[in-house]
Amino acid sequence: MGNNILVKLNNVGFRQNQKWLVQGVSLQVEKAKIVTLIGPNGSGKSTTAKIALGLLKNIEGEVEKFTNKIGYVPQEISIDWTLPLRVRDFMLLTDKLKEDTMEEALSLTGVVDLKDKSLGNLSGGEFQRVLLARAISKKPELLVLDEPVKGVDFTGEIALYELINEISEKLNCGILLISHDLHTVMSATDYVVCLNGHVCCSGSPKEVAKNNEYKALFGEQAAQTLSIYEHKHDHVHTSDGDIKKN
Amino acid sequence: MFDDFFIRALVAGIGIAFVAGPLGCFVVWRRLSYFGDTLAHSALLGVTIAYSLEFNIAVSIFLISSVIALILIQLQRKTNLPSDALLGLLAHSSLAVGLVVIGFLTFIRFDIMGLLFGDILAVNKKDLLTIWIGAALILLVLRFIWKPLFASTVNYELAQAEGLNPDRAKAVFTILLAAIIAISIKLVGVLLITGMLIIPTAMARNLSDNPQKMVIFSVIGGLLSVFIGLFSSLEFNTPSGPSIIAAALVLFIISLLKIKQTIQLKN
Repeated sequence: MGNNILVKLNNVGFRQNQKWLVQGVSLQVEKAKIVTLIGPNGSGKSTTAKIALGLLKNIEGEVEKFTNKIGYVPQEISIDWTLPLRVRDFMLLTDKLKEDTMEEALSLTGVVDLKDKSLGNLSGGEFQRVLLARAISKKPELLVLDEPVKGVDFTGEIALYELINEISEKLNCGILLISHDLHTVMSATDYVVCLNGHVCCSGSPKEVAKNNEYKALFGEQAAQTLSIYEHKHDHVHTSDGDIKKN
Repeated sequence: MFDDFFIRALVAGIGIAFVAGPLGCFVVWRRLSYFGDTLAHSALLGVTIAYSLEFNIAVSIFLISSVIALILIQLQRKTNLPSDALLGLLAHSSLAVGLVVIGFLTFIRFDIMGLLFGDILAVNKKDLLTIWIGAALILLVLRFIWKPLFASTVNYELAQAEGLNPDRAKAVFTILLAAIIAISIKLVGVLLITGMLIIPTAMARNLSDNPQKMVIFSVIGGLLSVFIGLFSSLEFNTPSGPSIIAAALVLFIISLLKIKQTIQLKN
């Protein structure tokens, strides 16, 4: 098992202006596993992701990273439009890619037609799809996705989560996912960490759903999301409206 | 056909335009125009130090500008003042100190106008060598740091998360800015160097939809500005720096017409 670990946080925390944003978090992401962070706003989900990526200095605890092939989809990205940037320029930002690799990644997230468009003209959902395509195009070993489907329409959201699942298997890649969407999280995750400034509870989705702290944080109804979403559809709708059988 | 001094100024200008294009793009993208200005103002101090210690002017300017950049980084860390106030503080105080020192150096005759606005007659063969070797080095180093610098210009955290080193790229870029100021001061002058970096780039922005195009257009814009500016400097006996920058301005205004067209097309 040991050599499957991609990143491991040991009791990490981060303090800003004398205030703990998050503390006492331990978790590990392994190859082909999806670890999801859930929690209310301000509970330290993004901070934890940034600690795992090594973006924050002066952290408590320690981070062990066993890979450098990382793809990142940040939560907030502000791009300055004094810089003219097309989707294809953005795709090549941190790595060289062959044209067909780039097109493949963009088709997976359904935005290959936007390849030559200017990044500034995309809608929020389209931009989010490009961000995800960029992160997966370099075939990373570790993907850190901070609310990767924010602003994406409902059917697109489900398709993208399915894609994320697929990627994790196909690329044998570990995923650290941050999400608000309890439904999807609970149906497609190997391990859930419920944060609220510290780790409230963690474990498999089933275990977490039964946990009282989880119920207190998200309400009794949230505990039922699991049962709602354990049934499977036999088809999916692609972004252009076609029906695809599973 | 032309006098030697004019050919030298032209060759110098071409060398500078090749570097000013790409560096200017990063200055605009990273919103460093005023930072460039501050470094340029401090160059005057560099010149006076070079004269009083009988030291190479370009090297002296390069060192002083780098020191000012370091001081700025320290002040940004240790004070609560906003960056633009700190830049103003450094720009004007280094310009003032430079001018005061010139006042003391009564035994040397200074062409202050030449220092501030550039002098077409001032470029000698040694300067040409400095400019072209300096320009080649700057472009070489820039090529090296291009990926981390560009990626972190688009998004700092993305670049860092995916294993690039944005802080080092930024530090190296600052040194490159000091270097271009050092090599272009004789032709363009202290007060107008930032214009050489920004105006052709601003023109290029109006004509480009991707970063590579913007770099290429800003080099072309810089070259055209140098040609038009130097010929009119010769023709009308105007200082070289302002003539080059005025030519760049005209090109920028022409490029605005293109924007207007695109907006009309969109509507």
